[in-house]
Amino acid sequence: MAIVSIVVELKDQPGQLLRALEPISRYGGNILGILHQREKMTPLKIIPVEISIKIDENRVEDMINAIKENGVNVRSYNEIRLVATTSALLVGHIIHTDLSDTVRKIDKTGYAEVIDMHINMPQLNEPSTAMITISATGKEKLQDAMKLLNEVCRNKDILVIEPLNEEY
Amino acid sequence: MITVIKIAIIGFGVIGRGVAEVLLEKKEEIQNRIGEYSIVAVCEKDGVAYNPDGLGWEVLKMKGGDFSEGSTVDIIETAEFDVAIEVTPTDIKKGEPGLTHISECLEKGSHVITSNKGPLVVAYSKLQELAERNEVQLMFEATVGGGMPLIKLVRNDLAGNEIDSIRGILNGTCNYILSRMESEKLTYNQVLTEAKELGIAEADPTYDVEGIDSAAKVVIIANALLNMDITYDDVEIEGITAITPEAFEVAMERDYTIRLIGEVSRETGSLKVSPRLISTHHPLAVTGTLNAVQIRTDLAKDIVVIGRGAGQKETSSAIISDLIEIFRK
Ligand SMILES: NC(=O)c1ccc[n+]([C@@H]2O[C@H](COP(=O)([O-])OP(=O)(O)OC[C@H]3O[C@@H](n4cnc5c(N)ncnc54)[C@H](OP(=O)(O)O)[C@@H]3O)[C@@H](O)[C@H]2O)c1
Repeated sequence: MAIVSIVVELKDQPGQLLRALEPISRYGGNILGILHQREKMTPLKIIPVEISIKIDENRVEDMINAIKENGVNVRSYNEIRLVATTSALLVGHIIHTDLSDTVRKIDKTGYAEVIDMHINMPQLNEPSTAMITISATGKEKLQDAMKLLNEVCRNKDILVIEPLNEEY
Repeated sequence: MITVIKIAIIGFGVIGRGVAEVLLEKKEEIQNRIGEYSIVAVCEKDGVAYNPDGLGWEVLKMKGGDFSEGSTVDIIETAEFDVAIEVTPTDIKKGEPGLTHISECLEKGSHVITSNKGPLVVAYSKLQELAERNEVQLMFEATVGGGMPLIKLVRNDLAGNEIDSIRGILNGTCNYILSRMESEKLTYNQVLTEAKELGIAEADPTYDVEGIDSAAKVVIIANALLNMDITYDDVEIEGITAITPEAFEVAMERDYTIRLIGEVSRETGSLKVSPRLISTHHPLAVTGTLNAVQIRTDLAKDIVVIGRGAGQKETSSAIISDLIEIFRK
């Protein structure tokens, strides 16, 4: 999976965005965020819109071509590389409290992703342990992701044990 | 010019007695460094011993009924002494009775040496101002890390450095529990029971295992060594009670272990006490009741100190070194 950020140029008219989004879902892309850059509107009332997508890296080219074929100008696109990685231990009722929801909240940020999860299966009703590995687009984004993880886990009464090395 | 340094010991429990013993036992060596001294007063909760000409070995044998009537505050107000060693029990919410003792001693122009975290956690800057205004010193090496040098190490030996962060293991009881869980694969409760039997954990271990003691030390470190102005409530605290043997197992697969770390960092702005994953090769991955601290500075970069965070003689060591620092000839 890759995270891709594309900037398309849309006319300030209804239905424009749909033309760009339709090929994304056709190719199985998962939309993480849409940002209308209204402040960058051109005199011809064209608005750059940044869309971040999580998609199988082998389908990126086809998806971009499909967007173009739909008559939408793609100004730029680039794959966001996940450059910073860290692991943390989670201790608590990880499974009962909907593990996939915890992972989804990180993945939905658009800048960070859970790239690995190792779960130690618990005995019945005992707390379980997971080593979760998160990657993000940069050091600061990784810190934001860890903050988010802490928040989500605090609400679920899961202990987060972060690593000591601050060099993420 | 002081001819004989008059010392008052306030609080005559484990540490008070330990310091008195060292002062009597190593009198010659210490006097070579600071000049003549004598213990003129010892204050217990329900009684005092006072002799302006100095108390000797007999004081160590004194128990409850042997003390004369009188209160600590009476002694502070009426007796003549140059330095008070304040070693009463810690209360980190109100700081008493130490806060009153220390304030009054400074006010009357006596130096103060303490191992009592409470007053410093509650009123560090107020007490420092009071000391400065009265041209005396307030020394507190023993409040953080017991026998492990940290305060004077940073203030004296690392003078001229900017301190970026200080973090480490500040509670020996927690470190004992975690390192035993690691090596013996026992549960938290099993090791806690063992630690109580060995006298390493108190009957009510809350203060240690919930991270309260470590957080108090974080406050002292932040205020005294990183020039911050924080209170106990600014510290994020997570203790060790929820840690399982499986957590160690999973951590170990990646060569990590778990330790309770107190952290003050200017860079990340973090002020917290929490269990952390650390590499088993990291210098802070010490075992048993040891304390260990990593100091990160701009010039000297990383420095690590490891030592005993508690104990009668260990803590006395810190108090005696403060005494020598104040009166060094
Ligand atoms: N033990 C260590 O290894 C260690 C290490 C570092 C720092 N510290 C700190 O050092 C301090 C002393 O520790 P400790 O182990 O010696 O405790 P301790 O054995 O309980 O001694 C404290 C003594 O102070 C007395 N006291 C209470 N209120 C008093 C008052 N108003 N005036 C005079 N004396 C009073 C207590 O009397 P009663 O027993 O009658 O109440 C007790 O004898 C504490 O603040 C502790 O946190 C201890």
